[in-house]
Amino acid sequence: MAEEARGTDDPGRFEQVVLPHLNAAYNLARWLVRNRHDAEDIVQEAYLRAFKFWGGYQGGDARAWLLKIVRNTSYSFLERKRPADQGEEFDEKIHVSESAEPDAEAALLQSSENQMLRDALERLPVNFREALILRELEGLSYKEIAEVMEVPIGTVMSSLARGRAQLRELLLVMRDQEMRSGLRR
Amino acid sequence: MACADKTLLVHAYFDGELDLVRSLELEEHMKTCESCAQELRSQETLRGSLRTSNLYEPAPQGLEGRVRASLPRAKSIATMDRPQSNVPAISLDSSPPRPRSRALEWVAVAAAILIAVVLTLRLFPDLTGRPQAVLAQEVIASHIRSLQPGHLLDVESTDQHTVKPWFNGRVDFSPPVRDLAEQGFPLMGGRLDYLDRRNVSTLVYQRRKHIISVFVWPLDSATKPPASAFAEGYNVISWQHAGMNFCAVSDVNADDLRQLSQLLQQ
Repeated sequence: MAEEARGTDDPGRFEQVVLPHLNAAYNLARWLVRNRHDAEDIVQEAYLRAFKFWGGYQGGDARAWLLKIVRNTSYSFLERKRPADQGEEFDEKIHVSESAEPDAEAALLQSSENQMLRDALERLPVNFREALILRELEGLSYKEIAEVMEVPIGTVMSSLARGRAQLRELLLVMRDQEMRSGLRR
Repeated sequence: MACADKTLLVHAYFDGELDLVRSLELEEHMKTCESCAQELRSQETLRGSLRTSNLYEPAPQGLEGRVRASLPRAKSIATMDRPQSNVPAISLDSSPPRPRSRALEWVAVAAAILIAVVLTLRLFPDLTGRPQAVLAQEVIASHIRSLQPGHLLDVESTDQHTVKPWFNGRVDFSPPVRDLAEQGFPLMGGRLDYLDRRNVSTLVYQRRKHIISVFVWPLDSATKPPASAFAEGYNVISWQHAGMNFCAVSDVNADDLRQLSQLLQQ
């Protein structure tokens, strides 16, 4: 850890400390902008920015430091290219039929195909999606997520709770729709 | 659905972010509360799906090479006329020597400003402070967070003459600190918290086995204290005294909290 105590001007050190987190950077960008090519551009731009801020890197978790830059770059991109993404909200009024029993629900979740899960995640509001990606795919702690998203820990906690609830509802709604369209065929 | 006042706790427990005492309490609760136990099982199922569905998007082949190639070489840095170590967060004059990057940066700066304005307006339509209900959630979350191991106290002392000076230089005001052990509220110490975008000082008192967090910050701040509330098993009460906002949060009953409030206003 002492080795990482401070950023230096040495580009070699930058590559050593920051480049290993390329997968994490791409994964976050890819999930935030939901497009492979844009994500690649964003990662490149984020690394350029990170390189410029390298002198100000105070040590600590390099992954969280880089992810914060990736996140800000992604949000800049979203705001510039697709303002609609920012205000997008999952309609909390959508509810599945009351008949969904807990056990049926668990079975549904368990059997949901990868694609459906992927679609549902992509339809979540961007801040909930972000919290979930950082927690479930990147395995960050609440404190680290708070650092990346620059919000209080309490907000991380409630974003995860609400994001998970919406994800579950979305999955049920999508499964419900699929079954109906299957019946019509 | 979990019990309304337990939802956040179930998630914090599920994420391993709850302290031992509260974990045990919740486990005890879930032995008899089927809806909370069901909520936890649903989360486990969901996590299982999330982690076994190949959702992680690793960097495509070739991206690392492109990133390396786009980073300025060591040589070009050495010939730059500014040292890199003091580059401010948004700096325009130390860009890599490529015209395209400079133009891109202007776009980025413009976009950053635009985003800042839009987000500020969207997130904080009322610039005088957040809605008080949100703030109540925030103080409760801060309090719960503080109960996790190692987070309760930055300065541990029952001596008000140790705790008060500790805040000097850490916050830009001087919170009133009093030990109330004789009245049944021994002072345990203090810590710094972050509330509604500002630093606040927090005094920690004990009442029987319960912990009470008292957040203190100046009256002239844009952050107004949350309304008194009861949520997630915690009581929140606020008052103003001697030029300061006070907000006490705890799982003790409201009468105890009001008693502490009165003692602190004497």
